[in-house]
Amino acid sequence: MSQSHNRGLVEDFGRWREFSAGMWAWVFHKFTGWVLIGYLFTHIAVLSSALSGDAAYTNTLQGLEQLAVVRVLEVGLLAVAVFHIFNGIRLLFIDLGVGLDLDTQEKSFYASLILTGIIVVASVPVFLEGL
Amino acid sequence: MSTQTPDTDETDPQAERMARKEERAAEREEASSTPDVGEDAITLKVFRYDPEVAEKQEPRFDTFHVPREPGITVLDALIYARDTYDSSLTFRHSCRQAVCGSDALFINGSQRLGCQTQVADLSNSDTVRVEPLPHREVVKDLVVDMDHFYDQMDAVEPYFSPTEEPDGEQLQSRENREKIKMSTRCIWCGACMSSCNVAAGDNQYLGPAAINKAYRFYFDEREDDERQEERLKIIEQEHGVWRCQTQFSCTTVCPKDIPLTEHIQELKREAVKSNLKFW
Repeated sequence: MSQSHNRGLVEDFGRWREFSAGMWAWVFHKFTGWVLIGYLFTHIAVLSSALSGDAAYTNTLQGLEQLAVVRVLEVGLLAVAVFHIFNGIRLLFIDLGVGLDLDTQEKSFYASLILTGIIVVASVPVFLEGL
Repeated sequence: MSTQTPDTDETDPQAERMARKEERAAEREEASSTPDVGEDAITLKVFRYDPEVAEKQEPRFDTFHVPREPGITVLDALIYARDTYDSSLTFRHSCRQAVCGSDALFINGSQRLGCQTQVADLSNSDTVRVEPLPHREVVKDLVVDMDHFYDQMDAVEPYFSPTEEPDGEQLQSRENREKIKMSTRCIWCGACMSSCNVAAGDNQYLGPAAINKAYRFYFDEREDDERQEERLKIIEQEHGVWRCQTQFSCTTVCPKDIPLTEHIQELKREAVKSNLKFW
């Protein structure tokens, strides 16, 4: 074989329209996982304001909650966390050998999406109201 | 020669055959110059690449129009295109009945066997886009280099090899046969490995087909415990079963409907169980 051709990444994420449910579950799980790791740092930063005393901590929280963008982001954070939890439970079952057939794993993915949707929608009024 | 009936007043059969042959050749010639493909012809877009031809060194897609016959498969369409329009169109095929595993292709964005896929069954049956298997180096047109796939298959020692030579015939129980039934159906087409995102990023990953092959022998009761342990060592290494991230891509594309992800998960549990044994 003298020469061959490597088609590169075009075959991977370029075919996202053809992704199966299991593939989407994987993509979402990775994405939400990374978002949660990122959030962890901001979470620690906010909490550490308590080092400067009670008043500083309360002020920081109230200051953040006054910003509409923070309240919207909190809804997003909840969505990300809830999906990660439900899909994590789905993956636990998959690791235990339950619901491994193609049909069931698809349905359990859709179920985690729907549950996430319901919880997030229900939480919107609480979050947008602020502290 | 004596048993043959002698030619009497009839014309020479050889000459007759030759005349018929020429007639057919003329018909073919005429058909190929202006093929009548009908109004509802299938548009076949085929990936072309040939390092030895200047115009094809840069990969491109060629479009062919193929008449829509009832039950036409993608492989039939490719064969028609090759025989009618361009004899240099290159692709692997052999048995045409989903047994040999040589015509796994990337058809309309999914790994499928060309011979098993009817054009009418595709969600877009007007335009059929045929590409070589992803994550494999393209050698020419739709032909990919399968060496790495075969290396991974060989790595799991895909043959029956008990530590000690058996005395006589070794019978397998009905239950055990049932247990490994689906895993024996693999035809080594490479569709699963090509669909796997993890295999794409990790060249050392055994891949679904090889792990399924390992499953087939690991659970075969006719091999002894010692051999089973050796097999588990191969499977549970870093680039073995633990690389699987349950995307279910392999199971979705497998043309033989093997529950690959299930098999990989079962071997993961076997690996955990054997490592948790303290007695």
